[in-house]
This record gives sequence, structure tokens and C-alpha cells, in this order.
Amino acid sequence: MKKIKVALAGQPNVGKSSIINSITGARLHVGNFSGVTVEKKEVFIQRDGYEIEIIDLPGIYSLNAYTPEEYVAKHFLFEEDYDLIVNVVDANTLSRNLIFTMQLMDMQKKMILIVNMIDEVEKQGGSVDKEQLEELLGIPVILTSAKEHRGVDEIIDQIIRSHEQPKPKNKIFYDERIEAQIEKIVKVLHKSPHFKDPDYARFIAIRLLDRDEEIYKVIHDLPIFIELHELLGKIYKHLEREFDEESTSDIMSDERYALAKALVMGALKSPPKRISLTDRLDKLLIHPIFGLPIFLFFMWLLFQLTFEIGSIPMEWIDAGFIQMSNLVKAVLPEGAIQSVLADGVIPAVGSIIMFLPNILILFMGINLLEQTGYMARTAFLLDGFMKKFGLQGKAFIPLVSGFGCTVPAYMAARTLKNPTDRIITMLVLGFMSCSARLPVYVLLIGAFFPTSHAGNILFIIYISGAILGLIVAKVLRLVLFKGEPEPFVMEMPPYRFPSMKALAMELWIKAKLFLKKAGTFIAGASMIIWFLSAYPHQPEIEAHYMQKIEAVQDEATKTLLRNEMVAKELEASYLGQIGKTIEPIFEPLGFDWRMSVAVVAGLAAKEVVVSTLATLYAVGEADEQSHTLIQRLRENVSFKAAIALIVIIMIYSPCIAAMSTFWAEVPQWAWRGFYLVYPNVLAWLMAFGVYNILGWMGY
Amino acid sequence: MKSITECSIGCEGIIVRIKAKEPVKGRLFSLGLSKGSELKVLDHTLAKQTWEVESDGTKIALREEEAASIFIEPKGCEA
Repeated sequence: MKKIKVALAGQPNVGKSSIINSITGARLHVGNFSGVTVEKKEVFIQRDGYEIEIIDLPGIYSLNAYTPEEYVAKHFLFEEDYDLIVNVVDANTLSRNLIFTMQLMDMQKKMILIVNMIDEVEKQGGSVDKEQLEELLGIPVILTSAKEHRGVDEIIDQIIRSHEQPKPKNKIFYDERIEAQIEKIVKVLHKSPHFKDPDYARFIAIRLLDRDEEIYKVIHDLPIFIELHELLGKIYKHLEREFDEESTSDIMSDERYALAKALVMGALKSPPKRISLTDRLDKLLIHPIFGLPIFLFFMWLLFQLTFEIGSIPMEWIDAGFIQMSNLVKAVLPEGAIQSVLADGVIPAVGSIIMFLPNILILFMGINLLEQTGYMARTAFLLDGFMKKFGLQGKAFIPLVSGFGCTVPAYMAARTLKNPTDRIITMLVLGFMSCSARLPVYVLLIGAFFPTSHAGNILFIIYISGAILGLIVAKVLRLVLFKGEPEPFVMEMPPYRFPSMKALAMELWIKAKLFLKKAGTFIAGASMIIWFLSAYPHQPEIEAHYMQKIEAVQDEATKTLLRNEMVAKELEASYLGQIGKTIEPIFEPLGFDWRMSVAVVAGLAAKEVVVSTLATLYAVGEADEQSHTLIQRLRENVSFKAAIALIVIIMIYSPCIAAMSTFWAEVPQWAWRGFYLVYPNVLAWLMAFGVYNILGWMGY
Repeated sequence: MKSITECSIGCEGIIVRIKAKEPVKGRLFSLGLSKGSELKVLDHTLAKQTWEVESDGTKIALREEEAASIFIEPKGCEA
């Protein structure tokens, strides 16, 4: 089958992803761009004997790459092998988008222009003249609305048509004075065997006028460099004097701007201006005085909902797993297999799946903030505040995503251009408690605080993590990184009603991943924990206690002795031995060896803390009143030690997945090392402080 | 000619000069802020540390330093 490879390029917020999602019969594949952890979405479509592969590039404002993500997109466009470019633009902001379109057209590749969100322009009484735009640009144009599924399926037909036909003639020409200089550069480029192709040479010449440093590096090593360098120097000076501008890149920008204006004039009938919904909402949501309180209210509401609504199905799930465990006990013969399933795996997996509703609600909230466009507003509101702590407003987006999951949050930090800003943001990101830590908090809050306060306590935990992150950022900025934070320039996308389909899709993927993780990784980890807690067998202890139990008549004493036996056995197990070894580290925090083991196991994944506690406090028959883990915790753990545990969970290293993401994102060994050590030291010190302060206060 | 930070909310005008250095200048440009384009000051935070402007249907948030580097010829707004 013949293959067509398509690069899908466009500025951020133009709806590229929704176009990809709405192509009929497409197979989606999500991966990474090679060597970097930028998400790479590809779709495959089979049509008319072709297999068409569309690669969704990260949103990019211009070819003058600014952020790491933009470099990825630029690198792909310049270096990779593909057949044509599909450029998506937003009909609402056509002229700005067309500036980038012209940069892409400079590449002289086959190209299709997609004018998306056409419905929004038309609804307001405007229109885009497709034929006129095709005529002016010289490339095929498709008007689409991903929301109304309009024009989307034409895209594939057009891709095949464009692929089969020869490339239409270039129609984008700049001012004569510029074209004359381009010709001069092309002439010199032709002397090198690399630039024999006139289209390619023209592209290189234009990029040189754009002062693209990467292109400059390419020609730097060629034999024609000396001649070219001399010529470029003259041309730069000549054009700058001619146009009275500081740099040829400004001249090119002005040219493209003027061309885009002319294109829009010819092809777009603007809607009459009126106050949009976005303007009205912004009046309130980013109000100088009310903006911040409104934001804080939203965050508070989110955590309340997470706790309140999430707790409703929890009991059903818990009951379901207890049933399942009993069923296994009834069906399977007594022995190691029955025990590993009924006492080890099922309760552990159950104790985690219970938190699925909480996690989904939290994720949905963060996703909504992002999709509606409110997240950008919060960056605007908080930039001044963040600047005081040596961060910038845009860092707020990865920080809030950190409440969902630290892994994508590390990746979101790529939108920060300045490496110093980025590393500071990434170093404090771990203090934004991710949703995997939620189960630990919910469990401990449930055990040690009255239910009426639960939502508020949860809010306090998250807020204090965030505040700690800000303080640490400030310290890092003062001690390790001097200098100004990067400039803050950010688009504020219009508010959009979130797509329920996309939201449902995200939640479904999230739920699936979570269940898969619970069923494999966490089940495996809890099996190991169970094994370590059940072996080696202790026949002497058992025999010793059995004798004692036989000897007494009283049922209550029997139960007491039985519990003592189980506890003794557990202490002598492998896990008990490990726990005893590390106990001294955690002893100043009031942790027993069980909590110590749980904390260390939590380095694999935070959910494992809960399942480990469940295994360690639940092994064996406890007495009649304490069925649940919560009750066992209340009996075994002091209030101040529980708070110290919350503090540790809040601060110490995130899970293995997050740590490896950090390693992939940060190449410097010094930072990697620092990242591995400092959160754990800080966590211990903070927990120690809290434990002792609570001690003095009489808890 | 005055810089954005000298304007009050609601002020409109045409950009006559952008003093910012590269790469900020390039970024402003790719967001549609360029010599000759219309600009409207939409909002600023209480301490005037962050500003919001609109140009050709795009809303852009800027920090004080960047906003101060953009100069407009105001029309239809009082000083």
C-alpha cells in the first residue's frame, strides 16, 4: 500500500486535536517524539489504496522557535521526511495565523490550509471566501468546523488529490527589494551541491533573512560559507538602511504582516464587532479585586467536590471487595494461594480502586480549567504574585497540572522558555500533591479528623504544599539561580464550552490506565509486600502461642493471644526485618516499622502506601470491633505521627514514573542528584518539626 | 506616543513602536503585535504588574516590563 505522510501544523488553540479526533475511520496512536518526551499523536487512515499517516505537531506560534515544544515542531518540519503539510488556522484570528502560514509556505512544500472554527465566524455574521483565499495563496483551502463535523472528511480527499498532483506554483513573493536580495543569496547557495534545488535554496535564503540561527549553523560548515557570510553582511546592512529597521528579521515580519492584512482584506468578511462572552466573563473573572477570591473559591470547591462526591461510591466499592475476598476464602482451599489472594492482593487492590472516584473528579476539574481557558486567566492573575517567588505566571499551569499527575506536569514545564525558570518550576512541582497521594490523605483524614472537616483539611494540605513549593522556589532563586525570570507573554484564549466528548474520552483513558495500574503494578507490588510479610514461617512462635491459647478458656483472652501471635509473626517476617532496619530513621517522627515500610514502598507509587498499610495492619484476625483499616490505624498510630506521615507524603520524592520523567527532561547530572536527595531530606526535617511542635502542644 | 503602561483600561490605539529585544519581539509579533496593528488595553492586575491587551481578536497577557516596551498612538481615550 502506498503511504502518504502528513505533518499537521498550526498555532496553539486552533483546534488541531479536535480535527484529528473527528476524522472518520481514523486509528489514533499516542506516543512520543523520538528522544524527547513531547507527546506525539498520530492517526492512520486507509482510503483509496493509500495509508495516510497524520502527525499532530505541538502547537507553534512561528518558525522562530521560542519554547522547547516549538523546537520539536520546528525540528520535525525542517528535518523529517514527509509528503505534505496540513496547516490549521483559526478563522477568528485569521490574519495572525496567516503570518505563520506564510512562514510555512516559504518551505515550498505541498500544503493544504484548513480554516477551522468557521462556524464561530459565521454565527456572528462574517464569512471566509474560500475561492479567493485559494487564488491568493495558491494552495487548496478547506473550511471546517470540528465541532459541527463540517468539512473534516474533505481533508483526506484533498490530501490524496494534492499528493497525486504536482505542487502548485509559489505565489508568495515579498517586496521587490527583498526578492532581489533573495536571488543574490540563492545564486551563492547554488554553488554548493546541497542547495541545487531552487525551492530549497529560496527557503534557506528567506530563513537567513529571518536570522534563523539554526540555518546559519547549517551553512557555517560549508565551503561557500565565507562568500555567503560576506554577502549576508552586506545584504543585512543594505536592507536595514533601505527599510529603516533594526534587523532584517523585523523587515520580514513587517512584510508578512502586510501580506496577511492584504489576504484577510480580500478573503474575510469580518463580523460586526460586539462584546463577546469572553469579554463579559473576563470583566468578572480577572477583575483586579474579585479575580483572586473567585479563583480561590473555585479551587476550594474542587477539593470539596473531590472529597464529598468521591466518598459516595467508596463504601460500595469497599463492600464489593470485602465480598470478593470472602468469596475467595469460601471457594479456594485454605493455604498459601488462598491467603495471598484473600489477604494480600484483593484487599490491597481494593483499597486503591476505592479512590478511583476521587481521582476522576480531581482530574475532571483540572481538565475543565484547562479546556475552558480559565487556566490562562489564573496565570494572568497570579503572575505578579508568582514573580515575588521567582517564578512566572506561566509556571502556574504546570503547577496546577501537578495536582493531577506530576508526569504530564513535568512535560508542561516545557512551555517555559528560560532553562532556569524551568528547572526551578520542575524542582518544586513535586510539592503539588498529585492525585495518587490523594488516597493516602483521604485515608489518614478519615482516620484522624471528623468527617465534617474532611474537605477543608484536604484543601489545607494541598494549599500548604503549594505554599511550601513557592517558598522553596524563592530560596532556590535566591541561593542557586540569580537573575531575572523570563519575560511573560502569553495568549489568553477565548473561553470555550468544553467538549463533553473529549472530556469523557480523557476520563475514560485515565480510568483505564488507573485500573490497569491497580491490576498489574500495584497488585504485583502488594503481592511482594504480602510475601515479605508472610515469610519465613515461624513454627516456634506459632507452637508457643497455640499452647497458650489452648490453655486459657476465656474467649477474649484467646483473641488477645491470637492477635499477639500474628503481630509477633509479622515482626519476624522479612518485611518486619526490613522495617526494623529502617525504623531508626523514622523513629524520631513517631513511626513504627509498618509506617516506615509503607513510606519506603511509596517511592514506587504513592498508592502503594495505602495498600501496604492495608496489608500490614490487616494481616491476621483482629478483634471484633476493628474491621476496617481506619479503625486499626486509630488504634496503632498517634495523631502527631499521622500528621508527620501526611507531611512526609506531601514533600518526599514522587513516584518512579515521575522521577524517570524528570531524568528524561533534565540532562544535567547535578540537578538529577539534587532532585533525588533534597525533597527527602526536606520531608524528614519538616515532619520532624511538625511532630515535635504537635508534641509540645499536647497532642 | 505612549507606552501601554501609561494607558488606562479601555484605551485604544495603533502600535507605532516595539522596543523589546529578540526573542520577545518575535514572540510578540507572532501573537499579532506588530507595528501598525490596532491594540486595546483590556485589563491590568491590582498592582499593575500584569497587563492584558487585545489585538485583532487575540488577547495577550504581558508583564509590566514587556508592556512598557510597546508604544501606541492613542485614539479615543483620555490620558
